Amino acid sequence: MREVAVVAFAQTRHTDHDEGLSEPELIAPVIEEVKRVSGLSRFGFTCSGSCDYLAGAPFSFVSALDAIGAWPPISESHVEMDAAWALYEAWVRLQHGDVDSALVYGFGKSSQTDVREVMTLQLDPYYLAPLGLDQVSYAALQASALGAPEAELREIARRSRADGRANPYALHLPDPTGDDPYQVRPLRSCDVAPPTDGAAAVVLAAGDLATRIAERPAWITGIAHRAEPHYLGMRDLARSASAADAGRAAGVGKGPVDVAELHTQFSHEEIILRDALGLGPDVAVNPSGGPLAANPVMATGLIRVGEAARRIMAGDAARAVGHATSGPCLQQNLVTVMEA
Amino acid sequence: MPSEPLVAEHALEFPGGYTRTTGPVIGRFLTELRDGRLVGVRTADGRVLVPPLEYDPHTGEPVTGEFVPVGPAGTVRTWAWVEQPRPGHPLDRPFAWGLIDLDGADTALVHAVAVDDVKALRPGLRVRPRWRPETDRKGHITDIACFVPEVTTMVSPQRTEYRVRPGASLLRFLEGVRDGVFLAGRCATCDKVYVPYRTVCPSCGSRIEEQVELPDTGTVTTFAINNLPDPRAPEVPFVSAFILLDGADVPMIALMGDVPAHEVRQGMRVRAVWVPPEERTLSMSNIRWFAPTGEPDVTL
Repeated sequence: MREVAVVAFAQTRHTDHDEGLSEPELIAPVIEEVKRVSGLSRFGFTCSGSCDYLAGAPFSFVSALDAIGAWPPISESHVEMDAAWALYEAWVRLQHGDVDSALVYGFGKSSQTDVREVMTLQLDPYYLAPLGLDQVSYAALQASALGAPEAELREIARRSRADGRANPYALHLPDPTGDDPYQVRPLRSCDVAPPTDGAAAVVLAAGDLATRIAERPAWITGIAHRAEPHYLGMRDLARSASAADAGRAAGVGKGPVDVAELHTQFSHEEIILRDALGLGPDVAVNPSGGPLAANPVMATGLIRVGEAARRIMAGDAARAVGHATSGPCLQQNLVTVMEA
Repeated sequence: MPSEPLVAEHALEFPGGYTRTTGPVIGRFLTELRDGRLVGVRTADGRVLVPPLEYDPHTGEPVTGEFVPVGPAGTVRTWAWVEQPRPGHPLDRPFAWGLIDLDGADTALVHAVAVDDVKALRPGLRVRPRWRPETDRKGHITDIACFVPEVTTMVSPQRTEYRVRPGASLLRFLEGVRDGVFLAGRCATCDKVYVPYRTVCPSCGSRIEEQVELPDTGTVTTFAINNLPDPRAPEVPFVSAFILLDGADVPMIALMGDVPAHEVRQGMRVRAVWVPPEERTLSMSNIRWFAPTGEPDVTL
């Protein structure tokens, strides 16, 4: 396996409202920042993650290419998923050996629509989507299957929001009051990731190039993706078998984990993922505040990888896990292990 | 003056809906739904998938093509409560989403469960589909309008009417109350004074000949703070108390008033508060309630 590392990461100062920026305007500053940090102006491969349903326009990701300079022609690809999967594709592309660098970015403007409705569209069109089952409803079914005490959920929300207030890029949300109304019982508003606009970018580099760019690259020592059945009633919702499988395949348990950034869009998901990935109480989970403090959809998973890598590059962690999820109720899970 | 931000509204829509082919497996399930039946499909290892998929989600192997009747009853395994339904939801009043294990199935069906209150949900709740009218069914997951609990209780309306008269001694007592007097009876054998007035001693069975007028003062012997509304009580919480009228040997139950509920205590001295004479009838409601006199408490 070719050695590939995260060598640069940038994200927007995320907002809970539409600042009136077009997608290219939202992306351009983070692309400029990773170019400056990495010293690279051209990349062997470029891959982005976004969702056209957030803008309600087909091929909206194409217009976003304005921000990256696609001429003369570049080698470019796109995933209609969180950009963590774009990072996975870029990592695979770098394994081919003929290019040494990749630019990965993701963006989402939740402010343009109702994400709860959009996420209904990802459900199967025969049995689930026609019921109008929305994102918070199916997450609440999972929280209910888990049966976690409300106090435990509140504490996860409280800690995430407190950490988010210490993170200049996250939203600054108040402590949960404990009697917020239920959105869908048992989930209260504080248990649900807030609508967020934002973008993020990561530069991957292989071998020597990585060492030249970064003093302390975050080497990807394991990366794996697993999926479970889509239909909710065919799984044990209280557990995430695919996260556990991906974690094992990526080698999470092969050494101590200092930091784990988990793609938890709902409080209860942290409990399920900690268990699936075997993260003990000593592992710092989502010190950035995580998605409960800022959820620019389609960039949120990539930010988990970026935040975990940033701590390695800064010397604050020796071994870190970045996790991303997609599909209803943690259906798909992508786990990245990075080491100094 | 700053200009208004430039904003456009737009909708992404497939007018009339998006037409999808179903294939033989999902199509069979939807066809049976239209006929008001629920079926699952059997996998190679014998499990029954509901709703049916073309493949076994655990192995990826094709399913057998054997369709098996399931339900229609099932058990709610897990639920989530929707207090505020959204426009796309199947019901427009608060309801639950349920993971429902239909009888005979090995996987759970997701659907709406209609109950009046979240408290009606419990693990193991048995439910049945409520079908749309046959003429409205078209082979769609919403041909099941929702699931509803099986019948486990029923309510029998009951009302029987009577015409009652108080009897001579109670009538005599109420006449006294109308006139602002508590009438009691003394048993010569037991030497006990009973109020309300009665003509037979409940202890020895002797006829009571002696009529006694008691004052409208007394002492609280015990009491209860009631938190449920009662049409006879002024407010909630209200206090009902046993009051031993001065000179009586048995206490009488009455309401307490003119005092906060938590200040009522055993041994408290009280006096009846009467309604004005012109409003009185042959009824205990002539006494509004008993109120503290302010005298020192007595030891019972």
